[in-house]
Amino acid sequence: MKTLKTLTALAFTGALSLTAGAATAEKLRIGVSYPTPTHAWAAGMNWHAEQAEKRLEALYPDIDLILVNSPDPSAQASALEDLVSVHKIDALVVLPFESEPLTDPVLNVKNTGARITVVDRGLSQPGIEDIYVAGNNPEMGRVSAVYMKSRLEAGDNIVILRGIPTLIDNERFDAFMAEIDGSGINVLDHKHANWNRDDGFEVMQDFLSRFPDIDAVWAQDDDIAIGVVAALKQAGRDGDGMFVVGGAGMKETIKSIMDGDELVPVDVLYPPSMIATAMDVTVASFKSNGPVAGRYILGATLITQDNAKSFYFPDSPF
Amino acid sequence: MSDVTASTDTKVNWMRIDIKTAGPAIALILLCIIGFLLNPAFLSEGNLTNLLTRSAFIGIIAVGATFVITAGGIDLSVGSMAAAIAGVMIIIMNSAMETLGPGLATVLLGCGCSILLGLGAGWINGMLTTKGKIEAFIVTLGTMGIYRSLVTYFADGGTLSLEFAIRGVYRPVYYGSVLGLPTPVWVFIVVAICGWLLMNRTAFGRYCTAIGSNESVAKYSAIKVDRIKTMTYVIQGLCVSLATIIYVPRLGSASSSTGVLWELEAIAAVIIGGTVLKGGYGRIGGTILGALILTTIGNILNFTDLISNYLNGTMQGLIIIIAVWLQRGDWGKAKANKS
Repeated sequence: MKTLKTLTALAFTGALSLTAGAATAEKLRIGVSYPTPTHAWAAGMNWHAEQAEKRLEALYPDIDLILVNSPDPSAQASALEDLVSVHKIDALVVLPFESEPLTDPVLNVKNTGARITVVDRGLSQPGIEDIYVAGNNPEMGRVSAVYMKSRLEAGDNIVILRGIPTLIDNERFDAFMAEIDGSGINVLDHKHANWNRDDGFEVMQDFLSRFPDIDAVWAQDDDIAIGVVAALKQAGRDGDGMFVVGGAGMKETIKSIMDGDELVPVDVLYPPSMIATAMDVTVASFKSNGPVAGRYILGATLITQDNAKSFYFPDSPF
Repeated sequence: MSDVTASTDTKVNWMRIDIKTAGPAIALILLCIIGFLLNPAFLSEGNLTNLLTRSAFIGIIAVGATFVITAGGIDLSVGSMAAAIAGVMIIIMNSAMETLGPGLATVLLGCGCSILLGLGAGWINGMLTTKGKIEAFIVTLGTMGIYRSLVTYFADGGTLSLEFAIRGVYRPVYYGSVLGLPTPVWVFIVVAICGWLLMNRTAFGRYCTAIGSNESVAKYSAIKVDRIKTMTYVIQGLCVSLATIIYVPRLGSASSSTGVLWELEAIAAVIIGGTVLKGGYGRIGGTILGALILTTIGNILNFTDLISNYLNGTMQGLIIIIAVWLQRGDWGKAKANKS
């Protein structure tokens, strides 16, 4: 009899502790996985992810965001496994290193029942992600071309400095050329400057020696634009209404646009803060009373002196 | 009779050496002709100045690499070293601005630190290879990774930028010119002359060649092998710091993408110039031509749209191989034998 009583008591305590366990497990765990920042844009992304983590965890005490960065695709695949087995995540926000090698690892996370948000680089199989957040590469090229057309006339000459030969670069370039086509603006030549200041400087020096008459430069990227500006100033060809259009949204560029720089009067946004957008949307998918799943393609906003302030983050490394 | 054979032998020998030494020069002249035919603006004064200034970075580093390679070593860390030194220089100058103000003193402090860092980094590479008895390839592969990640760390993954006020003072080091030639070209010329004298007119140069040809024999000939080899890495470090001093004022920034692949460009310049990769024979004059050839290829590719952008690497590879073949191929020898 006494033993039975003890057993019941034990069972009761057990049940109680189980409920207690369940209560703590109700905290929502969201894993955030992205490449280790090795260049300025990615460093900006890392900073924005950390800011969003602080902000969202302060806003929702029952949400736990776990940030992990990985130096290469296979390390990222292992990191995803750890997020499932160690942290038992309910949702995953992932910016894949490469599409192909990470499609299966992300699919495995989905099979555990977690919600999937993919950022910027799509997976190679459709239908895995519940939410997709990305910048708009073709739109970035198109917006740049529209601005060029607004400043130039038929017969004016431009040169283009492209990025690293990749799909991203092709999408931007093709959309730019499609928009500029038929406007009468001559594209003298386009060369790869690899999203790099030094290459931007050297390619622009050569363009300047080669073409005596250039009216504007599409540098596509803020780093390239810095090299281009240095080359223009060296050759003393930074006057006469010459202008350079970059892209991405580097804080130094945004600052000089705010200050009314005439050589780099605008910038086209391709924001590293998109990771924060993705984290917000993922949290909203648990908290909002409206439907959230779907594709979010961010605008390639034209940043001018008027709206630059809202894109300026002086503490971010980018 | 024997006298006659001996003299013809030396004559044939001379001809062969002539063709071989002229190899890089012929390649460079051919490139310039091609460049001019593609676009006459290639030979404009502005473009030639750009070319020479641009060659200065790789050229100065390659002069140092000539010593390392001649003595049988290799240094893969130079590109990362340049990036790390540039990063530290910028940090030091920015923080010194508060106390010293944005004047000459700050810039001199930055340059002084750059030279100390270069000497120190070279000494570490040298000691690890000689006293540590680790292969130079592995030591410098290791330090390459270390310096590269250090600059990423210093810059917090982003870009380190020199304060604007200091840039005004420092700018002439890259953009200024003396007697019509840009300052970097003068630095390049001085480094090249010092390198040539050191290699061809001093015991140190002969020791490097001896160690590169046969280390054991050099050791038995009472050459202080370890000390000479370490010295070659220290010279390499000094050259890297000089290149960095003229690089920083160009864009006033350093990031993890600074100096990427400079080590391979420097080694390529040395080998195109006729120095033997496995050591024992070094030519400073050739190295300088090699650096000019490498820069000229990139320049010409920017001057034409005949070749698809995607094939730039192919053109560079082909020209490097042809330039080396011009001096190594059997064709010179066969011709000499026939005549």
